[in-house]
Amino acid sequence: MAMNQKKRILGAWITAIVAIAVCFGAAYALSGGPDTPVPSPLTGVYLGKGKKCVAPVSVMRRYHMQFLLNQRTLTVHEGIRTKRFLLTNCVDCHADPKTHSVLGKHGFCASCHEYAAVQIDCFSCHSPHPQRLTAESAITLAPQHSRLAEMVKTTAITQIQSDPVDGPQ
Amino acid sequence: MSIDRRQFLTVGGAVLASVALAPGMRLIELAQARSPDEAVTSLQRWGMLVDTTRCAEGCSACVTACNKENGLQQNVRLDIRPQWIRTVTLRDEHTGYVQTLPMMCQHCEEPPCADVCPTGASFRRADGIVLVDRHICIGCRYCMMACPYKARSFVHENLTDQRANVPRGKGTVEACTMCVHRVDEGRIPACVEACNSDGGKALTFGDMKDPASEIAKRLATQQSEEIRPDLALDTGVRYQGL
Repeated sequence: MAMNQKKRILGAWITAIVAIAVCFGAAYALSGGPDTPVPSPLTGVYLGKGKKCVAPVSVMRRYHMQFLLNQRTLTVHEGIRTKRFLLTNCVDCHADPKTHSVLGKHGFCASCHEYAAVQIDCFSCHSPHPQRLTAESAITLAPQHSRLAEMVKTTAITQIQSDPVDGPQ
Repeated sequence: MSIDRRQFLTVGGAVLASVALAPGMRLIELAQARSPDEAVTSLQRWGMLVDTTRCAEGCSACVTACNKENGLQQNVRLDIRPQWIRTVTLRDEHTGYVQTLPMMCQHCEEPPCADVCPTGASFRRADGIVLVDRHICIGCRYCMMACPYKARSFVHENLTDQRANVPRGKGTVEACTMCVHRVDEGRIPACVEACNSDGGKALTFGDMKDPASEIAKRLATQQSEEIRPDLALDTGVRYQGL
């Protein structure tokens, strides 16, 4: 009787430990560690004019919102208009040449955000259409602003300019 | 080889002079040009001088240019139509003398709109341009009530055809930005450009802190005035011939 009880308690402990481990594992996977793959729903979507993006695709997928958030403050309050993470620059490159937009069913921004069920508010104010149709390639970058560079560093991304980029095919 | 006292003083003096000069030279360079990755500084103050004697009645070149440059829709109801610059006609009751002048955000040194803003969305940029950060604006419109020049508008309806450089949207307050997107590129505001080509050349734009600029020279040598000087707002837009 006592033996059975011990076994039952041991079983309960093992179940609890396994459950906790599974929870932590799931939390880690969902928290988005640097190596966590990001789903890619971009089928039939125009990816961009340039040969490569302003940062590796894996970095842009995970951190583009932070780059944009930081850039918006720099631009509005301090007048810093380096092209690298400027929304107009993103739109100029990524807008579909047929629809001239990053929105719509196959729009670069909209298709992915719809897939991920994340609402974007950017384009209630910002134009989703390119207006600098003759702009030079997105890769000709103005010098990187030091504070932004620091932010990139603190998010443990050191490969931005040195590594080859798996850009649009 | 040893250095005597006189040589030491000469060399030391030269080194000291160059160290003392270098920051000064940097300041001059900053005041003249700014690269896209440099923040705006208070070494500049953008301002505008309006010569009302050259402002013809019936001319609206500045207003048209502003609407076009900033994509302000004209197909909305008059009472909610955005208006960043407007022409005001004044008539002297006794003499019948009529004059016209453009009225817009006066880009105050001490802006009342920024004072009353509960979120910090209304602010004065270091170089004197007063702006609304629409990312933070909650649309409470306190600033519209605080502005003595009635310079601000509220966006009441959804917009779809904004210009790429001038993001605008429903639920936020807006006003003349002195064409900040053009100024940051080293160009002049659209209204000034239009007034110089199609209007009466009444508008002068420039850096009021740069003694070599036309606006600074004219402000130093000619009479000009603020509107409502009693409020002591130190406006960036000044008028002549009122």
